Amino acid sequence: MTGLHADRVVRRLADRLVVDDVTLTLRPGQTVGLLGPNGSGKSTLLKLLAGVLAPTAGVVTLDGRPLPEVGRRATARRIATVEQHADTGTELTVRDVVALGRIPHRRAWTPPTAADAAAVTEALARTGLTDRADQSWHTLSGGERQRAQIARAFAQQPRELLLDEPTNHLDIQHQLDLLSLVASLPVTTVIALHDLNLAAMYCDRLLVLREGRAVAEGTPAEVLTPVLIEQVYGVRAEVTHDSGHPAIRYLRPAAPDELQEGVTGDVPTAH
Amino acid sequence: MSLRTLLLTGGGLAALLASIAVAVTIGPADISTGDVWAAVAAHLGVGEGVSAPLRDGIVWDLRMPRTLLAAVCGAGFAVCGAVMQSLLRNPLADPFVLGVSSGASTGAVAVVVLGVGGGVVSLSAGAFLGALLSFALVLLLSHTLGGSTDRVVLSGVAAMQLFSALTSFVVLTSADAETTRGVLFWLLGSLAGADWGQVLLCAVVLAGVLVVCLGYARTLDAFAFGDEAAAGLGVRVARTRLVLLCATALLTAALVSCAGAIGFVGLVLPHATRALTGAGHARLLPVTALTGAVFLVWVDTLARTVLDPQEVPVGVVTSLIGVPAFVAVLHRGRRRA
Repeated sequence: MTGLHADRVVRRLADRLVVDDVTLTLRPGQTVGLLGPNGSGKSTLLKLLAGVLAPTAGVVTLDGRPLPEVGRRATARRIATVEQHADTGTELTVRDVVALGRIPHRRAWTPPTAADAAAVTEALARTGLTDRADQSWHTLSGGERQRAQIARAFAQQPRELLLDEPTNHLDIQHQLDLLSLVASLPVTTVIALHDLNLAAMYCDRLLVLREGRAVAEGTPAEVLTPVLIEQVYGVRAEVTHDSGHPAIRYLRPAAPDELQEGVTGDVPTAH
Repeated sequence: MSLRTLLLTGGGLAALLASIAVAVTIGPADISTGDVWAAVAAHLGVGEGVSAPLRDGIVWDLRMPRTLLAAVCGAGFAVCGAVMQSLLRNPLADPFVLGVSSGASTGAVAVVVLGVGGGVVSLSAGAFLGALLSFALVLLLSHTLGGSTDRVVLSGVAAMQLFSALTSFVVLTSADAETTRGVLFWLLGSLAGADWGQVLLCAVVLAGVLVVCLGYARTLDAFAFGDEAAAGLGVRVARTRLVLLCATALLTAALVSCAGAIGFVGLVLPHATRALTGAGHARLLPVTALTGAVFLVWVDTLARTVLDPQEVPVGVVTSLIGVPAFVAVLHRGRRRA
């Protein structure tokens, strides 16, 4: 089996199953969204897929081989990760940060090769950071920092890219920019997201987690139904399909006094 | 190797050689610059040297090993500091953060004051064993606490407190004034006892550890965004940390056993050097070895001449220079946060 595949993986932390019997197969080139409330196991599942954490049970395979057998460095040449929030106390330029992506490709005691330099240049160009390459990382805005991390991940030349809520803390324009950038990269992507509308817009398939278990999988149109949203997130929503992908409109929960009067509000809330 | 790396290492090497050449000509004995260089040249197989054996002895058996040991210690402490700071992601880490120096002092005191080893074990050997013992304790403690960077640092603090207390206890309860003064002088760091054997020992350990650390240069770069980011870049975090902590502890123990705990070189020089080289370790490590070496050669020259004929422990001088620099580092950290 080619590509990255999680087979019935379990991750136990103390007495809690953070990830409980999840199976995920990635088809090449697809963008898969991981959905679920806080603490549903999205981040842990991504770490299992990256091989940074080992599953308590089950196995993650890359081209049919279990990750521990593939080895850390070889895994990092195939799978790149972008964390939710990256920070450093070290004084680095944007180019330095992007060049970190070449580490799994480089050999000990040898300087970077022409191929390393070319990959960094391409990653900078692809993410629109060429002009900022020599600027300090600390001078970048939140959105630019995330773009730099994506450039770093792209410089790893992965075939699988894993992103953990990369749009957190970004304003809506930067969220859209970032997800468009990710969708434009020629890689298989797994992306944990909070925003259901963004997930519907950018993902080919969705996997919904709740308390560590996979509760739904399929296309956005199959998965994002009012019933599922209520079941998983505990909120009421309307779903329309006018724009080619599902659009979710949340319904305002009834306020206590309105409940008493038997009135239900359906004013859409700003998301 | 890039042009900038070549320039920096080439310039650093030239500065180091020039510093050594000048530093050996400075000292209380009245020997002319020409005589000093002639004596050194003769030992290197060039020229006829100086006729007076006493002068030759002062240059070749006292000043030369002392200057070279200063260079080796400066280089070693700076490299250890740079590695520790990156590995523990702590800008205030230095070679002694894992309690190595405190362990060394306890070992030294055990030999000198308590007579452990029955006179067969030297102060240096006792210090070396004490340093490794303390480091082993820190590793064990941090491992049982989970092994994360802050646990390592906290374990180091605990070991430092424990061994400092032990040293004070032994000195205060058992030592006479003369022994106390000797031990205190050594604790503050001094290159006064340098000989060729120490130079050779420290240089060999420095060379070995430097080669290992350079092999891990890109791996150290990977720690910039933390352990998990490093793991995502293919680094085996636990193994890397163990190898590098052991290598730097070994080097620190060797240096401390010869020269005492010379503070602040390992804390301040890596920061100063990063401003020149950037954060990449392939460039930082060799250049900081050179800046550390040049720095300590000059500080030791200052220490042995400024209150002539009395000698100031070199550790006192490094700290006098180091504390303001330390404050500057803290200040920079505050501004960024």
